[in-house]
Amino acid sequence: MSAAAAPSVDPAEVERFARMAEAWWDPLGQFRPLHVLNPVRLGYIREQAIARFGLDPKARRVLDGLSLLDIGCGGGLVAEPLARLGAEVTGIDAAERNIAIARAHAAESGVAVQYRAASAEALAAEGRQFDIVLALEIVEHVADLGAFMDAACALVKPGGLIVLATLNRTPKAFALAIVGAEWVLRWLPRGTHDWRKFVRPSELARELRRSGMALSEVRGVTYSPLADRWSLSGDTAVNYMLAATKPAG
Amino acid sequence: MRDGMIESDVLVVGGGLVGLSLGIGLAQGGLDVVVVDREAPASQTLPAFDGRVSAIAHASRQALQALGIWRHLEAAEPILDIRVTDGTSPLFVHYDHREVGAEPFGHMVENRHLRLALQGAVNETPGLRLLAPAAVTVLERRPAAVHARLADGRTVRAALVVGAEGRNSPTREAAGIRTTTWSYGQAGIVCTVGHERPHQGVAQERFLPAGPFAILPMTGSRSSLVWTEREDLAAALLALPEAEFLAELGRRFGDYLGKLEVEGPRWSYPLSFLHAERYIDHRLALAGDAAHGIHPISGQGLNLGLRDVATLVEILVGQARLGLDLGDPLALAAYERWRRVDTFVLGAITDGLNRLFSNDIAPVRLVRDLGLGIVEQLPPLKRVFMRHARGDMGDLPGLLRGEPV
Ligand SMILES: Cc1cc2nc3c(=O)[nH]c(=O)nc-3n(C[C@H](O)[C@H](O)[C@H](O)COP(=O)(O)OP(=O)(O)OC[C@H]3O[C@@H](n4cnc5c(N)ncnc54)[C@H](O)[C@@H]3O)c2cc1C
Repeated sequence: MSAAAAPSVDPAEVERFARMAEAWWDPLGQFRPLHVLNPVRLGYIREQAIARFGLDPKARRVLDGLSLLDIGCGGGLVAEPLARLGAEVTGIDAAERNIAIARAHAAESGVAVQYRAASAEALAAEGRQFDIVLALEIVEHVADLGAFMDAACALVKPGGLIVLATLNRTPKAFALAIVGAEWVLRWLPRGTHDWRKFVRPSELARELRRSGMALSEVRGVTYSPLADRWSLSGDTAVNYMLAATKPAG
Repeated sequence: MRDGMIESDVLVVGGGLVGLSLGIGLAQGGLDVVVVDREAPASQTLPAFDGRVSAIAHASRQALQALGIWRHLEAAEPILDIRVTDGTSPLFVHYDHREVGAEPFGHMVENRHLRLALQGAVNETPGLRLLAPAAVTVLERRPAAVHARLADGRTVRAALVVGAEGRNSPTREAAGIRTTTWSYGQAGIVCTVGHERPHQGVAQERFLPAGPFAILPMTGSRSSLVWTEREDLAAALLALPEAEFLAELGRRFGDYLGKLEVEGPRWSYPLSFLHAERYIDHRLALAGDAAHGIHPISGQGLNLGLRDVATLVEILVGQARLGLDLGDPLALAAYERWRRVDTFVLGAITDGLNRLFSNDIAPVRLVRDLGLGIVEQLPPLKRVFMRHARGDMGDLPGLLRGEPV
């Protein structure tokens, strides 16, 4: 696990996720909550990309021709659908095992995604840049938020878009994401999250500004138990998504 | 394309009223669709193929309009009033469409016209391929895709297969999905009746001892009959010479529309109830009569099928727009959850109505008379019944609200 040497990667976190990775692609298995969450995340990314790049919402391959980086891609749950929408997708993850799983699955479903076991810092050091950079459910796991955000923003092309999804550091988030999701519902293994590492929208906004990015929107993401569905909302107290753009040239 | 592999998103087996509507809707949403039917399209629109006239509820019409099918229809007759009567009893329920809104309850459309309209829409829908006559000989639902071998040697690959072959769906049976079925021991005699006086858009549902007798308005001074009888009696009636058949018919029809005459052939359809224990399986969904066949007492079978279509289109096109797998078990589960309750309730209501009304025992008659009278006395309850007749109850997919895909 050579990538673990990068400053933002916490080795204990990486190990925990690698253990869970095998069942990643079973929508009815252990990772069901992620699969249920996926449509709202994909919908938000799609909507933000359409607005930013003036795309045709009716086109089946709406993201055709855009390069996209998914940081912390896991088993490829987000990377594969976006590649189906036409994006040229690179998925990176610090855990070799996740990358192996993601590659195996892409081969089976016949979707072209470039997977690499690497950190955001490593890619940024190579000078790589993308039209769209995603950091979903990742900032709450990194060891050094400032270093991570520097790298993530450096990876965005001028005129490009970054989309983040994470958990807010509020009492409500503690009650729902830790007590509710991990202890009571057992959606996630206990210890998946550390509440102290949750990030407030204002903190993310500050990091983005520091890197010269312009915040475009913050939306809450809330779960409706009756419909078993997540949707965008005005309530950012627990889960939220955020989009920002890099000024062109 | 012999021996070639046809790549698609969705394979629909069965290109009847439901299968073709589904194919059109999915293709309009940008999906590549293959529809396979065992009958040649030209034979399905021959006058002798299907003599039925379907009551298309208001919401179903909105869907057919949004799908670009409605404008190909040669004719449709609005239903302005529904009158439900119990045999010779003086009590009756009168549904006037103005009580729920400006729109008629629905329209009577000849199945033959609907099939022609569907074929017209198929021809102008890119992304939809109708293979007919054709047959699926081997259907393999593999982990990542469905592979279907056709009798002519071609292979179709798809992310999802939809079984829409009607009641005897081989796709459903091969998947081992069991059904709850029973026969009503009844047949529905269907024919067209010309009459002297205009029907004024009134649909009549009469509960006669042998079962419901429906008079449904068609274009001109014509009505379509769905006449329920015990199976053996229906066969005998069907074999009667013209004049005697007309006399039997006239006794039930009455003389309120003047002199009657039977136009064209008479058909008979066996009536049964069928409900699949599941509508979904691995990379499989059932739609239309393959999932649920109900008694035609309320003219809702096709309407339910069109609601399956609207729901599947919304869910599958939504999946595709997000780049998600069309065979995703969570998406299929959402389809089943959305459709099952609606279907089961309607199936149970129509079954109950038929059982309640298909006999002539005095106490039951009394309950019936009171029941119908009570419905008439309670406007809110009546509005619920009327809304159901119009097909716009509950949480609706976009197509049923008339929104294009
Ligand atoms: C007397 C009567 C009156 C009715 N009146 C009304 C009404 O007023 N309003 C209403 O809404 N509903 C009514 N219904 C119900 C309605 O007709 C059905 O619900 C509707 O036709 C179902 O459509 P479907 O496409 O699911 O099935 P079907 O119409 O049965 O079509 C199935 C299609 O699949 C094809 N097929 C079959 N097997 C295979 C195979 N192995 N391979 C390939 N293709 C195959 C067939 O050729 C056919 O084209 C009535 C029914 C009856 C019996």
